[in-house]
Amino acid sequence: MTKTIVKQEKTQIEKIEKSSFFKETMQRMVKGAGAKVGVALLAVIVISCLLADYIAPFSPTEMDFTALFAKPNARHIFGTDGMGRDIFSRILYGGRYSLALGLSASLLGTAVGIIIGSIAGYFGKKVETVIMRVMDIWSSIPTLLLSILIATALGEGFFNTILALAVGEVPVCVRLIRGQILKERCKEYLEAAESINCPKAVIMFQHLLPNVISPVIVHMTMGIGSTITMAATLSYIGLGVKPPTPEWGALLSDARAHILNYPHLIMFPGFVIALTVLAINLIGDGLRDALDPKLRS
Amino acid sequence: MAEYILKRCLALIIIVFATAFIIFTILYFTPGDPARALLGASASDAEVAAMNEALGVNRPYLVQLGDFFYDTFIRFDFGESWVYGRPVYEELAARLPRTVLIGLSAMVLNLFFGLLLGIFAGTHGSKWQDSLTMAIAMVFISCPDFWVALMMIVLFSLKLGWLPPYGIGGPEYYIMPIICASLGGIAVNARQTRSSILEVYREDYITTARSKGQRESVVVRRHMLPNALMPIITTIGTGFSRIVAGSAVIETVFSIPGVGTYMLSAINGRDYPAVRASVLFFAVFTCIVMLVVDLMYAFVDPRIKAQYSRVRRAKVQ
Repeated sequence: MTKTIVKQEKTQIEKIEKSSFFKETMQRMVKGAGAKVGVALLAVIVISCLLADYIAPFSPTEMDFTALFAKPNARHIFGTDGMGRDIFSRILYGGRYSLALGLSASLLGTAVGIIIGSIAGYFGKKVETVIMRVMDIWSSIPTLLLSILIATALGEGFFNTILALAVGEVPVCVRLIRGQILKERCKEYLEAAESINCPKAVIMFQHLLPNVISPVIVHMTMGIGSTITMAATLSYIGLGVKPPTPEWGALLSDARAHILNYPHLIMFPGFVIALTVLAINLIGDGLRDALDPKLRS
Repeated sequence: MAEYILKRCLALIIIVFATAFIIFTILYFTPGDPARALLGASASDAEVAAMNEALGVNRPYLVQLGDFFYDTFIRFDFGESWVYGRPVYEELAARLPRTVLIGLSAMVLNLFFGLLLGIFAGTHGSKWQDSLTMAIAMVFISCPDFWVALMMIVLFSLKLGWLPPYGIGGPEYYIMPIICASLGGIAVNARQTRSSILEVYREDYITTARSKGQRESVVVRRHMLPNALMPIITTIGTGFSRIVAGSAVIETVFSIPGVGTYMLSAINGRDYPAVRASVLFFAVFTCIVMLVVDLMYAFVDPRIKAQYSRVRRAKVQ
């Protein structure tokens, strides 16, 4: 009798030890229909962009002069542009840049935001006031305008665009983290850590951060989507990555002059951007529900 | 209340100064020689140096910054465009009404339809009306504004021939730009309104209001909405800054000669006085609208008024 109870307890403990916060959240997330669709969509898009070398029927720069401005047909399923380049292949290769831009800009912005926000929230007092006022000013310039200005200052290029896009993400993230820390600041575990003379950096990032990170993860996920849109907008107005790069916004920008005659040049790249961002937003929504303590049972 | 308004106005002034400082600094440290860009590659070094001298861009940073602040905030002079030689002020004044018209109309649409759809979805919580509205909102959040604009041109101008594709003229030229500028904002706003409504939907005072036998429309308008409004107001603020920035791109798509197109062409031509003035305009425009929204809300919500009267009482004691 006692043996079976001990055994049961053991398996229970093993179960708890095996399941992690990440795993649980993922399980809760994919329960929602929206998140399922989002994950599936994004997986298809990401995998086909990564395997572009095998999937794409043409090279993104190969010009077919017998088929300029071709309408979608069996050979070129999304048609071709003014130089006879296959739109479908260009979208696949371009996706690598767009997705990488979105992911890295969002990551960078969030990382900087987390550091500044943690400092503001943990130290409080004057440090907090100064940081928050700076953030107020920072966010008073509309994000897109700020990105445009920074992109102008840095010039075109992949890494410069990442910087320009990340800048807008910072203040939102700082506010989020600091707001969370305010709620957490007077909890006992922090006092305990302080009483054993734990270094401040360790308290901030090892003890405090895991307890306040959830909304930031949601924000970052959504941020990837909005950054992809913003990257496309920047290259549309001519401030993004360098021209021959088939980034999604650059495809739209190239096609701008031909919109009246060849709307398919605009339709497909834009549709893929919208689909990708939609998938990311669906995942973000799912994550929010999964991480919401009110909904967690 | 006066204290609150004063405080907010003071904050506005500080933000405007700081924005001016940031814009100036970013442009100052932008690599590339404006004189070289203006004169072209064929100009001799002596010509470029003379041009730099004439523009005053080779003076020390602090001197230029001081000059910029003095001209902008004391003399209200934005300088002359380096490219066209015309005063930036004149150009802005001619273009400003179009941008303000698009921005404010989009804002009104955003508020009206955002709240309407959000309330509709929130009060139909987890029925098909709710799911459908939210699914549509999600789609519009995900589409890049300028792409929607391009697709609308293709549909309404090319295929159906209802509206002119671009340029300016009668009121029909503004229909598509205004709708495009507001769509994303409406969707964001509707989502926020819905979740705020759902937060208060099960509160006790709502049950009380219903048990008094009040009509559902009154319950929504008098009891739910005022309590759900705080997060919505915040979203409206960020939504407006999105509209303002987006209008620069929307103007480009529809070839509307507004402040946005002016700013972008000035950026491409390295016409810094024009860039500074137009970005500053956008920042000030956003700040003023956000201030007005905040003040309106403070008048409506007794809690903010009470907060300030309480602060004063505490100080007196």
